[in-house]
Amino acid sequence: MKKLRVVVSIVLFSLITFYFLDFAGLMSEKTAGLLAKIQFIPAIMALSVIILIILIVSTLLFGRVYCSSICPMGVYQDIIAWLSKRIAKKKKRYKFGKAKNILRATMLVAAATIFVKFPLILGFIDPYSAYGRMVTNVFRPVYMSGNNVLEIIFTKFDNYTFYKTDIFIMSVFAFAVAILTMVVIGYLAWKHGRTYCNTICPVGAVLGFLSKFSVFKVRIDKSKCNSCGACEMRCKAACINSKQKTVDNSRCVDCFNCLNACRRDALKFSPSLVPVKNGDAKHPVDEGKRRFLTTGVIAAVAAPAAIVEDEINSLTGNDKYVRQHPVLPPGSISVENMLAHCTSCHLCVSKCPSRVLKPAFMEYGLAGMMQPMMYFEKGFCNFDCTICSEVCPNGAIKPLTKDEKHLNQGGQVVFTRDICIVQTEETNCGACSEHCPTQAVTMIPYKDGLTIPHINVEICIGCGGCEFICPVRPFRAIHIEGLAVQGKAKPFEEQEKEDKKIDSFGF
Amino acid sequence: MDRKQFLRTIAFAGAAITFKSKDGMDLMAQSQGSQPDMVAVMGGEPDEMFKQAINELGGISKFIKKGWKVVVKPNIGWDKSPELAGNTNPKLIGEIVRQCFQAGAKEVTVFDHTCDDWIKCYKNSGIEAAAKAEGAKVVPAHEESYYKEVQLPGAKKLKTAKIHEAILNCDAWINVPVLKHHGGANLSISMKNYMGIVWDRRIFHSTDLQQCIADICTMEKKPVLNIVDAYRTMKSNGPQGRSTADVVDTKSLFVSKDIVAVDTAAAKFFGQIRKMPLENVGHLANGQTLGIGTMDLDSLNIKRIKI
Repeated sequence: MKKLRVVVSIVLFSLITFYFLDFAGLMSEKTAGLLAKIQFIPAIMALSVIILIILIVSTLLFGRVYCSSICPMGVYQDIIAWLSKRIAKKKKRYKFGKAKNILRATMLVAAATIFVKFPLILGFIDPYSAYGRMVTNVFRPVYMSGNNVLEIIFTKFDNYTFYKTDIFIMSVFAFAVAILTMVVIGYLAWKHGRTYCNTICPVGAVLGFLSKFSVFKVRIDKSKCNSCGACEMRCKAACINSKQKTVDNSRCVDCFNCLNACRRDALKFSPSLVPVKNGDAKHPVDEGKRRFLTTGVIAAVAAPAAIVEDEINSLTGNDKYVRQHPVLPPGSISVENMLAHCTSCHLCVSKCPSRVLKPAFMEYGLAGMMQPMMYFEKGFCNFDCTICSEVCPNGAIKPLTKDEKHLNQGGQVVFTRDICIVQTEETNCGACSEHCPTQAVTMIPYKDGLTIPHINVEICIGCGGCEFICPVRPFRAIHIEGLAVQGKAKPFEEQEKEDKKIDSFGF
Repeated sequence: MDRKQFLRTIAFAGAAITFKSKDGMDLMAQSQGSQPDMVAVMGGEPDEMFKQAINELGGISKFIKKGWKVVVKPNIGWDKSPELAGNTNPKLIGEIVRQCFQAGAKEVTVFDHTCDDWIKCYKNSGIEAAAKAEGAKVVPAHEESYYKEVQLPGAKKLKTAKIHEAILNCDAWINVPVLKHHGGANLSISMKNYMGIVWDRRIFHSTDLQQCIADICTMEKKPVLNIVDAYRTMKSNGPQGRSTADVVDTKSLFVSKDIVAVDTAAAKFFGQIRKMPLENVGHLANGQTLGIGTMDLDSLNIKRIKI
């Protein structure tokens, strides 16, 4: 049982981690994307009924298999715990702890604030999203530097399998949150195993409740058990009370480490064959641990907020235009829709080939911190690309076809003629029009054979090509103003292809 | 089919003769001064037009020597398929690469500093596949570290530029632009195609685009050939274009060592589709002033071929 769990977990974990890392598009969105779509919170957000039924039924049958194998954050903790067992000098012993049901319920209620359009808390604590952010903001830059090292070596030998990638931290805030998540959850896992899953995790709370009623559970045959404590010592979830010979199945994450630990074969993962009566023992509340957790959470919020003061200063600095509304990813409908669905897993940010998506800071307000938004420092939104809408597991960015994307208006172009090169320098430029896929920016006659930009917001889709390339500084002569509710651009007039015949050279 | 075959035979025969008596031909050409300064071909497929043109110029081995490292520099600026004419024709690139190897090139490299995402451009233009099929190396150009600073002593405004190392390290490079309308420079041809070997192009736009285009062409290492692809010509909404309505099937090709001349010819050709006074394509006159080439086509020996 344990072997099966370990194999499945490692396979799923490696795949989803690589899926987040994979900047070169080696994994297909269609199949690998499922790894994200079968996650619990995304399935709720996207209302994927089939996936939810499968997850719930499997929990009712076998307990928290989601937590043991599918959830990448769960496996991350297992790996840390396994490492601590290997590395730490002291022999690793887990001890039964009292269930912290009040905390679990509180966190669950706090997480539910997404239903009143406050996604920040759920975004913080949803294990899938938190893990996604860790990979995107921390592991991915490391992976890319590894690629760059290989690139240098291979290119030296005239092999162009690898190409250089530009590594940068998109958002200091998201980076800090990801590091903190990694450190806090990692520390808890190192010390206490799956503490996070049974205290803070909202998915753990829901599935924990369900798994109380599951058919298959870890059960103790009281007639065989001699309370030796071997199982309790191995229990990462701290849910086995060997003295009382009970298992708190709501906290059991189906790791099956206890099954082999028992020398008397008293533990079984089975449907209720052996009738066991659970005695409920009263244990003193572990105040210390509780205090640690609260401080941890507070620190997790406060510290990055402090760091980010700097970032907002640089954002509002002189070199960038401050938009009234952020430019939403194509297909995300409206700010409202984002607040109702997005838990900031940053899969879209990681997958965007044009590097036009980055985690927001306060652009969406407090509730939407870390949600993806478009920015045009590193690139602009490719006209034919629909990747972010394809990969979003939450239904926050709704799938778009290429044709729908061509008319999806996420923002509108604004032209400031007074600072345009053509007017100030009286030389040719046209960089904006050059980059405009719909020719919402065209060049019209100005004077002395010069041409100057002319905009038509109706056919603009807000891709940001013009803003990206405009050479005017500190403010750009052309930029995109975001729309709180995405609109539909008018299709540009498409003429029939003329059958023009040119049969002389003209010189 | 028949015509194609006929042409192929002719081209082949031509190539064979050229190859056989290359030295003799060279001598003859020199003594008689009959080697054209420019060849313009019309009415064929991109690869066959190139074969004709290069034969007229004495074969590719006049420009590419054995053991050389060669760069073929197309325009791959946009994530567009070949029908939309935003990029150089892939068949033409394939044929040029093939001939370079035939002339004994050690290595042929293809790249462009794209505007759209480079991976998409390389792929959807068909150029990556066509070049690789003939054995070329297709290298990236999307990162500043691929570029090295070069001084431009002969330039007026653009005194330095960061140039892609493939160009700096090669023995010869061939400039293969596509002829198209351009919202900024009015036309994009061979001189404008230089912008694809440069890292920072915003400087061009902010400090007199037409002058900077001419300035960059003063770079010491000049292309051994400029091959203007006008198989399909984007007549409007350039340089990106929106649909095939922007494209005219012009089935032409212009080849010359003189970059200003070949661009002037191409601009005049374009003028037949849509009004385009040469003064509006300011970099031509600026280039002539800097002594990179001539706009006076009458002073040149131009060979015109209709297939």
